Amino acid sequence: MGKRTVIPFGPQHPVLPEPVHLDLVMEDERVVEAIPRIGFIHRGLEKLVEKKDYMQFVYVTERICGICSFGHSLGYSQTIETLMGIEVPKRAEYLRVIWHELSRIHSHLLWLGLTADGFGYESLFMHCWRLRERVLDIFEQTTGGRVILSATNVGGVNRDIPDAELAGICTVLDGMETDYRQLSGAFLGDSSVNNRLRGVGVLTKEDALDLCIVGPFQRASGVSEDIRLLGLGAYGDLADFVPVIGDEGDCYARVKVRIEEVLQSIAIIKELASKIPDGPIMEQVKGNPEAGREATSRLEQPRGECFYFARGNGTKFLDRMRIRTPTSQNLAGMTKILQGIDLADVPMVILTIDPCISCTER
Amino acid sequence: MGFFKLGTMTLKGAFGKPVTRMYPQVKREPFAYTKGHVVCDIEACISCGICERTCPTHAIKVDKADRTWSIHPFDCIQCSSCVRVCPKQCLTMDNRYTSASTAKQMHLYRKHPLSKAEIEEQAKRDAERAERIAKAKAAAAGKKATGA
Repeated sequence: MGKRTVIPFGPQHPVLPEPVHLDLVMEDERVVEAIPRIGFIHRGLEKLVEKKDYMQFVYVTERICGICSFGHSLGYSQTIETLMGIEVPKRAEYLRVIWHELSRIHSHLLWLGLTADGFGYESLFMHCWRLRERVLDIFEQTTGGRVILSATNVGGVNRDIPDAELAGICTVLDGMETDYRQLSGAFLGDSSVNNRLRGVGVLTKEDALDLCIVGPFQRASGVSEDIRLLGLGAYGDLADFVPVIGDEGDCYARVKVRIEEVLQSIAIIKELASKIPDGPIMEQVKGNPEAGREATSRLEQPRGECFYFARGNGTKFLDRMRIRTPTSQNLAGMTKILQGIDLADVPMVILTIDPCISCTER
Repeated sequence: MGFFKLGTMTLKGAFGKPVTRMYPQVKREPFAYTKGHVVCDIEACISCGICERTCPTHAIKVDKADRTWSIHPFDCIQCSSCVRVCPKQCLTMDNRYTSASTAKQMHLYRKHPLSKAEIEEQAKRDAERAERIAKAKAAAAGKKATGA
């Protein structure tokens, strides 16, 4: 056995978009153990539920994370709607899913860019972010915001997308799809990318199930699980939904799953835009959540399953609000697959699990 | 497997129109619905204070006595809550961003100064209101006394 060395990795590191620290215990060039440490950007947002009423808190949940912003406001709204027994109008449900899928596209494109940058393919990074810009423009056009959308609210959505605008969005997505297919060809077909990603950081299906891994990380290991399969909201009205599955469980499979999920999201948006019913977009919310009543909700965020819990106390303030985010699950899988790999592969492994530390720490 | 997979895209980038803009010479036009900043039509405002109570960041201050409506642009998060709840629709969301500022100061809107006649009318209305309240209070007290 060689001499062990500990290399600190992060919280500031060129490949890390957000701060996470890892103590890499090394034996020569090989990682023996990785010990993660988080807590650099904890803001105590769940505690803030005591200061902001349940209608105002939706704007706090949006600020949990800049990338999954819409998803968090949607998950929170769904939870409060369950808590208070509010039925959301059908059109609002459709609009919510359209925006949620758009934010999945923007999240995956952002991540693909970062990954390309991570393995040193700068021009691919630029092209990914160039495409992402079109999604941000759609957001700005439809909700008025580019990152923090403030589009959803308890009881429905704040703004309707007129049918003409929806048709325009579909046209933009059609144009984007052509460019995107070319881009995905570079990710999946380029030999240098393949050499960098294939066989690196393999997580087996058994490990994925044991460690309760969620999202594309889990699906890349061959586990067919997706909260969208539950058919909550407008997802139930989709003609067919089959999650994208990979089987190798390595970095390449994780990239492939996310690349295909973007195309899937584009198809979902187009399908829902063609089916969207007319009607109101907001249900009037009256009263306060009952004391002691609890509600939970689940949502497939771009990074995986996110779980929300809320308990009322009879006033306009909630008693408790808890969120279990996908990355808090996935960090366990990350430390698992870091064991036994080369130091040079560590950035790739960390990037391909798509860690979102703002969500994890809140 | 292959090399130069981004060939078409790269050539397009080299010879096509640039994706970026020469800011600040060329500025991007905001969308009609872009959330820039909140503007108040102060003469239509009735100083009800609903916007102040709804604002999640307490950025709005309504002073009925002083006849002012003010917003702290650094606290405002452009959520449009105030715009949606205003009963007089006097608040609107302008689609332009506010320009950069060197000091943190409130955007203050003040209603026109009251004329002598308006002040008198206001005083009269206030006196009538006080009288009405006093009467109602007396009636309630009387009712309570007889009931007891």
